[in-house]
Amino acid sequence: MMNAVSMQTALDIKSIRAMFPALSLSVYNKPLVYLDNSATTHKPALVIDGISDFYRTRNSNIHRGVHYLSEAATLAYEEARNKVKDFIGAQHSHEIIFTRGTTESINLVAFSYGEKFVHEGDEIIISALEHHSNIVPWQMLCERKNAKLKVLYFDQNTELHPEKLDELITPRTKLVSITWVSNLLGTVVPVKEMIEVAHAKGVPVMIDAAQAIQHFSIDVSWLDADFLAFSAHKAYGPTGIGVLYGKTEWLNQMPPYQGGGDMIETVSFEKTTYNQLPFKFEAGTGNFVDAYGMGLAIDFIRSIGIENIAAHEHQLMEYAIETLSRVENFMMVGNPANRAGAISFNLGSIHHYDVGMLLDKMGIAVRTGTHCAQPALEVLDIQGTVRASFAVYNTTQEIDALADALRFINNIF
Amino acid sequence: MFDEWMAKYEYLIELAKDLPPIQPEYKTNEYLIQGCQSRVWLRADYQNERIVFTADSDAIITKGIIALLVRVVNNRTPHEIANINLYFIDKIGLSQNLSPTRSNGLLSMVKQIKLYGIAYYAKFKQ
Repeated sequence: MMNAVSMQTALDIKSIRAMFPALSLSVYNKPLVYLDNSATTHKPALVIDGISDFYRTRNSNIHRGVHYLSEAATLAYEEARNKVKDFIGAQHSHEIIFTRGTTESINLVAFSYGEKFVHEGDEIIISALEHHSNIVPWQMLCERKNAKLKVLYFDQNTELHPEKLDELITPRTKLVSITWVSNLLGTVVPVKEMIEVAHAKGVPVMIDAAQAIQHFSIDVSWLDADFLAFSAHKAYGPTGIGVLYGKTEWLNQMPPYQGGGDMIETVSFEKTTYNQLPFKFEAGTGNFVDAYGMGLAIDFIRSIGIENIAAHEHQLMEYAIETLSRVENFMMVGNPANRAGAISFNLGSIHHYDVGMLLDKMGIAVRTGTHCAQPALEVLDIQGTVRASFAVYNTTQEIDALADALRFINNIF
Repeated sequence: MFDEWMAKYEYLIELAKDLPPIQPEYKTNEYLIQGCQSRVWLRADYQNERIVFTADSDAIITKGIIALLVRVVNNRTPHEIANINLYFIDKIGLSQNLSPTRSNGLLSMVKQIKLYGIAYYAKFKQ
């Protein structure tokens, strides 16, 4: 902890903020307080300008042309893949599949892994903390295959336990797909222990890292995850690009997700043979410009240091919990020991939507509602929450502004 | 600008508090308006050739907005409601809430009110 504090003081948040053009916006004549980072983060000028520059100087389709620009674009795309590989500690760059985002990554596995390995009567396990994008693709798979979807429930502190997962796994369990950090509550799941439990019974595990990648260091080799998914836009990168990491042994056995250009080796009307990894899973022209932008976002994170980001956000989280808890009627949802990125709350019996509308008019951006996690809210027996979520550029002053605004709202009702 | 907004919200909250509550038995999915982030129930009764609306919401600002709408459209004939031009929404600055992407679903409320008008008009031709 000493370490974390000293590192935090090393970060100059003011100069970090200056790298983000959107952070100097005013809304309704108030300085923007942006606390909706779990939905998407803002982008540093490095990413915005880099993408613009790419279109000006390197735009050309990848993996096809013999000409100079096409070479340059292809090189940039593959460099971005390498950056992602290094960033998440993967062994091989062919284990990095570019997708539209976390949702497509999960759908890819649900389809391709499901086609090959899931049969009638088999089971898939997810947790009750999941975002809809880590529920619905599995439901669709189970419907297709007449398989069963099983749910690992959380305890009264909204925590998940590996030993409960152990109890759920049977010889028919074909995959566990679980979030690393709850987008609704910020609960950090002990995924390393979950993977150990599942692997002990020979069951592969997919990790939804959409709310983890931007908050702390990830090493898929250490983790021994079979699949891991995330999006660039929640980690200072552009929208429309994300990653599926998969172990070679699985990806090689899985059939392609979509057919089209780039994913083939040879095509005739009688038979098509498929390209090797990663191209087998990247049908059509990949989003190479945004992949490049994602590489720049990784450069940004590395220039700050993911450990420094984690330390700063940890301090912000502690400050937020302490400060907001002193606001009358403040009711935090969930009480996990380990929380990252987001806190969900309600303000007495005031509807979360009313709170969000009024915060908006005070220049404070939060998210309200069910946060694409309706089953989790059903277990908690609440209609919705207000969620404040943090990024490296947020400050304790912004949390003070939120606390003051909540006090103001308390007085209106 | 903020004070202007606060005055509007305070007015909406007042309207919400004055809106007669809908009977609990009508707070069902049948009367729920789809497309609102908060829950909004709207019921239309046909009395003396006029439509009488009752409404409720679990969010008070939303309730204020539906109360405002109900106040304007209440006790009109189905024909009037089916063809009503809710120009005042623009005039009082609520129109920014009218875009389909705004989650408060003002658009859904207006649509539902008109649908009731059309349905009763088809039934009674008035």
